[in-house]
Amino acid sequence: MDDKRDLLILGGGLVGMTLALAAARKGFTSHVVDRADPEALTAEGFDGRASAISTASWNLFTNIGLADGLEQYGQPISSIAVTDQMKPGRIDFTPQPHEGSLGRMFANRTLRLALFEAAEKEEAIAWHAKSEIVSRSRGEHGVAAELSDGTRLEASLMIGAEGRGSPTREDAGIAVAKWQYEHRAIIAGLTHSKPHGGVAWEIFYPAGPFALLPMQDNEDGTHRSALVWTVSEEDAAGVLKLSDRAFLAEAEKRMGRVLGDLTAAGPRSSFPLGFHHTATITDRRLALVGDAAHGIHPIAGQGLNLGLRDVGALVEVLAEGARLGLDPGDAQLLDRYEKWRGLDSFMVALATDGLTRLFGLPGPAASAIRRFGMGGVQRLPLLKNWFMDEARGVTGDMPELLEA
Amino acid sequence: MPDATVANLTIREDEAAHFGKLAAEWWDPKGSSAMLHRLNPVRLKFIRRAIDMHWASDVEARKPLSGKSALDVGCGAGLLSEPLARLGADVTGVDAAPENIAAASAHAEGAGLDIRYMAGELAAQDIGTFDLVTAMEVLEHVADKRAFMRELAARLAPDGLMILSTPNRTPQSRVLMVGAAEAVGLIPRGTHDWNDFLTPEELRDLLSGAGLTMGEPEGIAFSPVKGLHLSGDLSLNYIVTARRA
Repeated sequence: MDDKRDLLILGGGLVGMTLALAAARKGFTSHVVDRADPEALTAEGFDGRASAISTASWNLFTNIGLADGLEQYGQPISSIAVTDQMKPGRIDFTPQPHEGSLGRMFANRTLRLALFEAAEKEEAIAWHAKSEIVSRSRGEHGVAAELSDGTRLEASLMIGAEGRGSPTREDAGIAVAKWQYEHRAIIAGLTHSKPHGGVAWEIFYPAGPFALLPMQDNEDGTHRSALVWTVSEEDAAGVLKLSDRAFLAEAEKRMGRVLGDLTAAGPRSSFPLGFHHTATITDRRLALVGDAAHGIHPIAGQGLNLGLRDVGALVEVLAEGARLGLDPGDAQLLDRYEKWRGLDSFMVALATDGLTRLFGLPGPAASAIRRFGMGGVQRLPLLKNWFMDEARGVTGDMPELLEA
Repeated sequence: MPDATVANLTIREDEAAHFGKLAAEWWDPKGSSAMLHRLNPVRLKFIRRAIDMHWASDVEARKPLSGKSALDVGCGAGLLSEPLARLGADVTGVDAAPENIAAASAHAEGAGLDIRYMAGELAAQDIGTFDLVTAMEVLEHVADKRAFMRELAARLAPDGLMILSTPNRTPQSRVLMVGAAEAVGLIPRGTHDWNDFLTPEELRDLLSGAGLTMGEPEGIAFSPVKGLHLSGDLSLNYIVTARRA
């Protein structure tokens, strides 16, 4: 098959497909390969996951022309409330009106629908869904992947975007440092009687954080939040099996009545929590993006945002290279991407890992120290602003595509 | 008839393998040409800006050299010739060493780029004139600089653009480029003779003797944080444009 493209993107999820679109806007052609069936991925109720889209990520969606269509589905986060087991001493991150929102909440399904629709219309993207890869190769002049139906796809640069278990990364023999928290995140949509007022709650318990993320109201006007509840591995099965009524009662024990009565819970799913970081995010004619390169605890909701920053940085590096006549697989370009994203994502990963460990310490003494610490953050505007900027994703060296 | 094919540059299979290996060495970003690879994006940045200024091209255009011819003198294995071809130029690469030319041809073919490579001295080639003439890190290796500059000037089209880069003859370049870099293997030993280096003033005179006007030189400096980068500091290496007076 003589259709050599610029990029061979393995993994067409949120990060991989955003990359294909952002690259297309800069004139790069791509193959996008994913084993999943897009119909199933965008079916109602496929997964209840939601993502906080930071201001920086939102700028990226704006720059690639997705924001207009998505705007109506986003729930702006007006403030973030952080508490230790609902005890006094909470920190509120509320930006001034001129500072804009802390991010927007979207159902992942909404994001996928928008991305898939845009990708289908984009001529520069050749999308190979429901495709299994049987072999990958990277050579002096290009890269290739062979699909199970015998199709051979060729390009200049291979990109691993399959998420945390990235087979492309494994294939390249890139070492991964990882540890499991031995915890799972239980995900469910909650319907509640009181409006959330755009507030995102992070309630810390020794077993792990209990987060409530504001979602847009249901069509019938009832109020909704997405729940991310961290439980220990051995408790997860039990929590998943609870009846709806028992589940809601357990949830209410942990969140009090901040959202009034809990009236319904959507389908529950769970994901293992872990932290991983790769020794390197590039190799010969290979770049890793998103969770393939680094996975972090979802405590701060930054996983997708980090991946989208990878996208912005990689596309900027490739576009600058193209202006200089350099091949997309050029080692000097990949070196720049490595230096830019390797360290930045590691800092965020370390910070969130530190938070998780800090809040995971049991006992009243640890709790007192945490509340004392939170009181300190509450009173120190500089530190608070840093946390808010981090949540917005505007710290560090920002790729142009993520700027307004 | 012994190897009559060699005369018309058809290369035997074992030789092709040898040149393929040589090309792989040249193009290995961590190999003996590592410094040149790192230098490449830096000098290309200067070249791109010079192209956009000279021909008033769109700074975002993918092929600003489309429809233009380019001559890359001292092309080695094509580290600069290939980007120039991607920028749209019809490129001719010349190098004195036939094995470099064979390596360059092998690599360009693999990359799917149509570049004309020629081995031998520039003076011996009857190839007409070019819109863009480049000679990167070449002057310092040339014995008769005046004669070489006349040859370069003769290949430049009347409205053409010439771009040259070369190390400066300063105490810094003596210590860093010839001393330290060769001692630690960053630059292959014996690559440079410091006495052959040209100061920007000497280059200006040399160009003017060949009927060319030199532009404002820019330095290629090194810092541990930024690596190699364009700078106002000309003490190590510099890059400059020239055009007909």
